[in-house]
Amino acid sequence: MSEHEHGHPHASELSETQLRVRALETILAEKGYVDPAALDRIVEAYETRIGPHIGARVVARAWVDAEFKRRLMENAADAIVAAGLAERVGDHLIAVENTELTHNMVVCTLCSCYPWDVLGLPPTWYKAAPYRSRAVIDPRGVLADFGVTLPNGTQIRVWDSTAETRFIVIPMQPAGTEDWSEAQLAALVTRDCMVGTGLPTPDAKVQR
Amino acid sequence: MNGIHDMGGMHGFGPVVPEPNEPPFHSAWEGRSLALNRAMGFAGVWNIDRSRAGIEELPPHVYLAMSYYERWAVRLQNLLVECGLVDQSEIGAGHALRPGKPNMRKLSPADVDASLIRGSYTRHATAPARFAIGDRVRTRNIHPQTHTRLPRYARGHVGVVESVRGCHVFPDSSAIDGRDNPQWLYAIVFEGRELWGPEGDPTLKVSIEAFEPYLEAP
Repeated sequence: MSEHEHGHPHASELSETQLRVRALETILAEKGYVDPAALDRIVEAYETRIGPHIGARVVARAWVDAEFKRRLMENAADAIVAAGLAERVGDHLIAVENTELTHNMVVCTLCSCYPWDVLGLPPTWYKAAPYRSRAVIDPRGVLADFGVTLPNGTQIRVWDSTAETRFIVIPMQPAGTEDWSEAQLAALVTRDCMVGTGLPTPDAKVQR
Repeated sequence: MNGIHDMGGMHGFGPVVPEPNEPPFHSAWEGRSLALNRAMGFAGVWNIDRSRAGIEELPPHVYLAMSYYERWAVRLQNLLVECGLVDQSEIGAGHALRPGKPNMRKLSPADVDASLIRGSYTRHATAPARFAIGDRVRTRNIHPQTHTRLPRYARGHVGVVESVRGCHVFPDSSAIDGRDNPQWLYAIVFEGRELWGPEGDPTLKVSIEAFEPYLEAP
């Protein structure tokens, strides 16, 4: 986006990319290849319906329901749909569980593969070079960027999403939350917890 | 191909900088770029592997200078021209100058929700799996100039088969000829020091999802 010599961009000034995307949409709609109303619906789905709240409900259910967790670890997509936590989930979703011994982290070094059905769109950092380059060689350094420090002895398992399999991390339930409701627990589970770059932290402000 | 997209293990890109409360899209054009790509993906003229290759073929300096959804927009434009759905003069004009190809599969608003759920890439096996859980395997030292899902940092290394995922569409050939050519897929886990040498993190294990043609006996 260029600025003029007088120091401020025109309100009507569009970047090259904005113009390119606008022109593509015009051309494709005029040629009858796309329906702009379908495009609106796609954008709306990711802005309002598909996001990490779905995954958070899955994690919370796994914490309170051992039988659900067993099925989740066996076939995540089937378990999530059978439990009514999502209407549909694509194939090849794999749940990986953090334990006292092992911490899991998910990356796509080649691009941006991510469990969209349960976490929504990947954040910018997940798609950017610093994370993709370092997650597989220096995961503790990456975790430090997120303010997360693991015990020295904890094994770190990094999952590089190089095929159509997708991974969701099931973090450990924080101590002291044993009597919390499922909804309260879900509120602790952030997107980063389910990628493996965060840990659920009980916040004193969460209403019991 | 040994492109800039294959970033695992590179140095120099700096720290990860998470953005608090990041919105799904930072401006409207990002959403349109994603939606246009999804809608044209639905048309089925190219598959996901060809589409990924379209990003990987961007020259490194171009790739690095663009944001994520800019790359998607440029990739879409390139595929449209390459597949003869739009021609360069129309890109220049910013308008259609000719009618579109007839009988194209068009995404309707009613089909959007179903189209957003990932499809299945599992296919029937045409041969038994060559490797079993617990087998030691070596990733091949290969450098195809075309699309592959075997990252450079994981080539020529010994790992262990942790899971057998079934038979899946093989991206390397699917990106070229559009055929499934199903191959067994395995989770292969490597010790961090196998990949990164004696200075590597001793607590690290890294797994990749590897298709059988990427693997050989150690």
